[in-house]
Amino acid sequence: MTKCEVVIVGAGPAGIACGYVLAEAGVDVIILERGQYPGAKNMFGGIFFADQMNKLIPEFYTEAPVERFVAKKHYALLINDSEVSLNIDSEEHKKPPYNHSYIVRRSVFDKWFAEKAKAQGATIICGTAVTDFVWRDRRIIGVTADTADDDDNVLLADVVVCAEGANSMLSEKAGLRNRLSMRARCISVKEVIELGKDVIDERFGLTAREGAAYEYFADATPGMLGDGFIYTNMETLSVGVGVVISELYGRRNPPSPNQLLDRFKNHPCIRPLVKGGKTLEYSAHMIPMDGFRNLPRFYTDGLMLVGDAAGFVNNSICHEGVNMAMASGIMAAETILANRQERRYDARALRQYEHRLKNSFVLQNMKNSRDFIDILRTHKELLNNYPHLVQDVITSYFKVSDVPKSTVKRDISRMLRSRVSVVKAARTVMALMRGGI
Amino acid sequence: MATEETNQLSLDDKLFTVRRKTLNQSHITLDERLCSECLNRICTYVCPAEVYVWDEAAKKIDVRYENCLECGACRVACEAIEWANPAWGTGIAYKNS
Ligand SMILES: Cc1cc2nc3c(=O)[nH]c(=O)nc-3n(C[C@H](O)[C@H](O)[C@H](O)COP(=O)(O)OP(=O)(O)OC[C@H]3O[C@@H](n4cnc5c(N)ncnc54)[C@H](O)[C@@H]3O)c2cc1C
Ligand code: SF4
Ligand code: SF4
Repeated sequence: MTKCEVVIVGAGPAGIACGYVLAEAGVDVIILERGQYPGAKNMFGGIFFADQMNKLIPEFYTEAPVERFVAKKHYALLINDSEVSLNIDSEEHKKPPYNHSYIVRRSVFDKWFAEKAKAQGATIICGTAVTDFVWRDRRIIGVTADTADDDDNVLLADVVVCAEGANSMLSEKAGLRNRLSMRARCISVKEVIELGKDVIDERFGLTAREGAAYEYFADATPGMLGDGFIYTNMETLSVGVGVVISELYGRRNPPSPNQLLDRFKNHPCIRPLVKGGKTLEYSAHMIPMDGFRNLPRFYTDGLMLVGDAAGFVNNSICHEGVNMAMASGIMAAETILANRQERRYDARALRQYEHRLKNSFVLQNMKNSRDFIDILRTHKELLNNYPHLVQDVITSYFKVSDVPKSTVKRDISRMLRSRVSVVKAARTVMALMRGGI
Repeated sequence: MATEETNQLSLDDKLFTVRRKTLNQSHITLDERLCSECLNRICTYVCPAEVYVWDEAAKKIDVRYENCLECGACRVACEAIEWANPAWGTGIAYKNS
C-alpha cells in the first residue's frame, strides 16, 4: 500500500492544473490517468479559453502546441438549405494575448500541460483507471485502481481530488450525485479532417496563425437541442455536432450521433468548407449540461470534485469548460494548501472550496446562465420555427423582383403576424434575457 | 468507402481511424432481463460507435464492445448498462482530437 498527500483522478485541464499548483508548493501529489498518456481519451471542440493558463504559465502560447488563435468567429443558424449568420472579425483579437482563445487538439495539448506539471514535481501515472474509493469511518482515505499488479492496487492519501471529466462514475460512488440522467449530458462526435494549411486559409479567409471558430445552431441538429461546430487547426478542421441525449429518446426514427454528423457535413453551407478533406480521426465525448440548479455537491469528507466531474460547463452560446476546469482545479489546490498545516480535509474544512467557487466566475457564470438551456428546451419554437421565419423574411426582402419594396414589407408583416404570436415571442425573448443569454 | 468529394465515410471506416488496444474481455455488461422488456432500445441509437445491435433471432442485444469510444453516453441513457473503464490503459488512444 502506497501513501501520498494528494491523489488526483484524471489528467485533464482540471486535474493537471490542480496538480501543478500543489506540486509547485511542494506537495507530494500523484495524478492517476486511465489513458496511455494524458489526452489519449480526451476530445473537445475546441477553443482553449486560456486566462487561467496564462496566469499559471505566462505566455504559454509561445511554447505550447497551440494550433491557431481565434481571429474570426462565425455564429450561424442553419435553416433548411441556407444559413443566417453573424461574423466577428476583430483586430483587437489578433494581437497577444489573442483574447485568450486558442484552438488546440487535446490529445497533443494535454500531454504538453502534463509535462509542465511533472516539471513542477507532480507524479503522473498513466494506464491506470481508478475504480473506487477506500473508506474509513465514512471518510474517503484513498482510491483503488486497476493496475496490472493486483497486490498494489490501493493508493492512500490525505485528500482525493476527482477530476474524472464528464463521465464521472466516482462522483456517483461518493454519493455526491445520483446516476447521471440523460438530460444532464450532451453526446458529441467529431471528425478531424485534413485539408492542408493553404486550403484552410483560403476557405476561411485566414493568414499565418489566424484561426476561425464557426458555431452552428437550429438545423445543425434539426428539431433537437444541440449544435454543430467547425474549428480550424493548422492543417486540419475539427468538425462536430452534439445533442442532448434526452432529445434522442422517444423520437421516431432517431438518428445516431454519427448520422447527425454526416447530415451536418452534408448541409449545403457546410459541404463546401469540408469537401475534399481526408478524415484522420473520429471521436466521441460527453459534455455536462447539469446547469446551475442540478449541480452535484462539490465535496465530502476527504474528496473534492473539479471540472466536468462537478458539472462546470457554461453552455450558453458555446461550451465554456476548460477555463472552469482549470479554475476549479486551482481553487481545490488552494483549499488544500490553506488546510495543509492542520492536515484536516473533512467536509467542514473543505467547505472553503465552495466559498471560493461562489466568489469566482465559475459559479457566478453558471448562475447567470442557469435558465438558458431550460428555456431552449421548453420553447422549442426558438429552434424550430423562428429561425425558419427569419430566413423567410430575409429571403423575401432581398428577393430580386419587380414587386415594390413597400408591398414586400406589407407581405412580410402579414407573414409574421400569421406565424408568430407577438406576445409569446416577447415572452420568450424576456425569458432568454433573464436566462442569461 | 470514402468519396473524396463529399468526404462521407462509413462508420466502420471512421472507427478504423481510432487507434486502440483491445482486451478479450468486455468492459460492458447488460442486465438482459431489462432488455427483453425494453420498448425504446435507446442503446441502439445513442452510441456514436453503434456498439449495441439488436439481434432479432436471439432476442437480445449484441455488444460490440471492441468498437467503444468510451464516451459513457450509453450508461447515462440506460440503467441496464453497467459500464467500466477498459482496464490497464487499454481502449482508445486519440492522436489528432
Ligand atoms: C465536443 C466538445 C466540445 C467542447 N468545446 C469546448 C470549447 O470549445 N471550449 C471549452 O472551454 N470547453 C469545451 N468543451 C468542454 C471541455 O472539453 C471540458 O469542460 C474540459 O475538458 C473539462 O476538463 P476536465 O479536466 O474536467 O475533464 P477532462 O478533460 O474530461 O479530463 C478528465 C481526465 O480524467 C481521466 N479519467 C476519467 N476517469 C478516470 C478514472 N476513473 N481513472 C483515471 N483517469 C480517469 C480521463 O482520461 C481524462 O484524461 C467541449 C467538450 C466537448 C465534448
Ligand atoms: S441495453 Fe437498455 S436500452 Fe438497450 S435494449 Fe437493453 S434495456 Fe433497452
Ligand atoms: S461508452 Fe459511448 S462509445 Fe462506448 S458503448 Fe457506450 S455509448 Fe458507445
